[in-house]
Amino acid sequence: MRASTSFFPCGKDVDGRDEPGHDGVVGRENHMTPPSLRDRVVPAALGLGTIVVAILAVEILIRAGWINGFIVPLPSDVAMSFGKVIAEENILGRFRATFLEAFAAGAMITVVGVLLGLLLYRVALLRAATETWVAALASAPTVLLYPLFLVIFGRSASTIIMMGFVAGLPPVILKTVEGLAGTRAVLINVGRSLKLTPTQQFVKILLPSALPTIFVGIRLGLIFTLINVVGVEFLINFGGLGQLINDLFERYELSETYAAICFVILVSVLFFVITEWIERWLRPAQ
Amino acid sequence: MVTAATNLRAEAPRPADAILVVDDVSKRFDTPEGPIVAVDRMSFNVAPGEFLAVIGPSGCGKSTLFNIIGGLVEAYEGRITVAGETIAGPHAAIGMVFQEESTFPWRSVLENVAFPLEVAGVAKAERHDRARHFIKMVGLDGFEKRYPAELSGGMRQRVSMARTLASQPKILLMDEPFAALDEQTRLLLGDKVLQIQQQLKQTTLLITHNITEAVQLADRILVMTYRPGKLKRMVDITLPRPRSSEIVSSEAFGRYVAQIWSDLREEASRGMLDDETHLRASGG
Repeated sequence: MRASTSFFPCGKDVDGRDEPGHDGVVGRENHMTPPSLRDRVVPAALGLGTIVVAILAVEILIRAGWINGFIVPLPSDVAMSFGKVIAEENILGRFRATFLEAFAAGAMITVVGVLLGLLLYRVALLRAATETWVAALASAPTVLLYPLFLVIFGRSASTIIMMGFVAGLPPVILKTVEGLAGTRAVLINVGRSLKLTPTQQFVKILLPSALPTIFVGIRLGLIFTLINVVGVEFLINFGGLGQLINDLFERYELSETYAAICFVILVSVLFFVITEWIERWLRPAQ
Repeated sequence: MVTAATNLRAEAPRPADAILVVDDVSKRFDTPEGPIVAVDRMSFNVAPGEFLAVIGPSGCGKSTLFNIIGGLVEAYEGRITVAGETIAGPHAAIGMVFQEESTFPWRSVLENVAFPLEVAGVAKAERHDRARHFIKMVGLDGFEKRYPAELSGGMRQRVSMARTLASQPKILLMDEPFAALDEQTRLLLGDKVLQIQQQLKQTTLLITHNITEAVQLADRILVMTYRPGKLKRMVDITLPRPRSSEIVSSEAFGRYVAQIWSDLREEASRGMLDDETHLRASGG
């Protein structure tokens, strides 16, 4: 018998084996054909092209006087101000501070959020009692609590990290509960039939099954965390990029303000790359 | 020449060396409309190496019986023993293949099949060697590194079967494993099951509602009544072995199918009528 690994779209191979895509089963998925170079390059080029076109359009609209140049700086001026921001405003140090604060808060929401999600999944009464409140907390403007945190933690990185933590925690809890509860009963029954211990059942079945949903929660949580970290830096005029944006804005250096905002976007992009990398590492089948 | 030696008995034989004994097993569920008896005083035995198919109409309690024998339903009346040991929960001697797609999407074919060995603490190299043996047995060699999402439904069911076989159960318990597949694939996978069963002399209990599948594969067929699920008839299938799906074109095969359908028809009609009555009563 010959092993068949060909990428036929459907049908039987020479041994009468069913090739992928042949037999009728509900919800079948087939990802046998790897994406071509064209499939990978075109969307990326289109995305990049759209951004370039949008920037060019803003540049033209400002130069034509359709957008007030005193409110929105020319993108070309923003590009030129990167050098100044890097050279004169210790941007790398501030970038590092914001990144580390967001990273600390991100690590905390992941660990605490998954554990609390597991607790709510396991204890039905607790879940019924608190899930609505946790969902309400997810949409609450917790950033307004910063005076309270200032009193507790002082004007320090701890306040910023804790504010980021509180804001990013609810989505991780909710999505962890959703992911664990959404584990297909048949997979749990496979574990039961093989007499898995509760720990094995969690580590080998529940957690990997829930992982994609948990990562959705972590990504959402990181968005809230980063917004709050930069927002609180801005509000308490302390730390990294948020403080810099505040300083630049108060000096009315608009081009430099927008350049600093680009670095905040860079932090966000970095976090998404890191979470995607971790998810791929944990679930290579994704 | 194949002949239809239909042997109809009210009760299954009770071989002294039966590996699986189901003795007077009943299961009732409490519902808002009152208790429902899903399985009612079922008794039968399975001999080592035997292939027994349990067939019945939808809602007759087949899957409940599957879950009871597999140890997933622990509260039931009666007694089930495997090799003399009473079942009280999942048992290492019983390997289950489920109706629903049950491969782990985050594990490759090799890691899926090696899963029971990993849980049992077998060293990585050894469990991968043993997993490859069972992957080859189900005809999926060359697909070890693929993930379930890259496979067809039939291939995924073969992965599930290989995973169950890798745990080397004394009894292979299958609940309509090919129900979601088309007829041609079902017949071809039936061939594969026959080949494996004959190669391993694997005691197998297949739960199905498909008459063709039951006659193609089984040594005996247990026909169940519609709710409450009781043993209606035990039919010996004396078609020659080794068998393949070619047997479906024989005259004897057709006679078995007709015989079992005549038993099932009445039960299936009752089931249909019952469903309609419930729908009308609920205003559906």
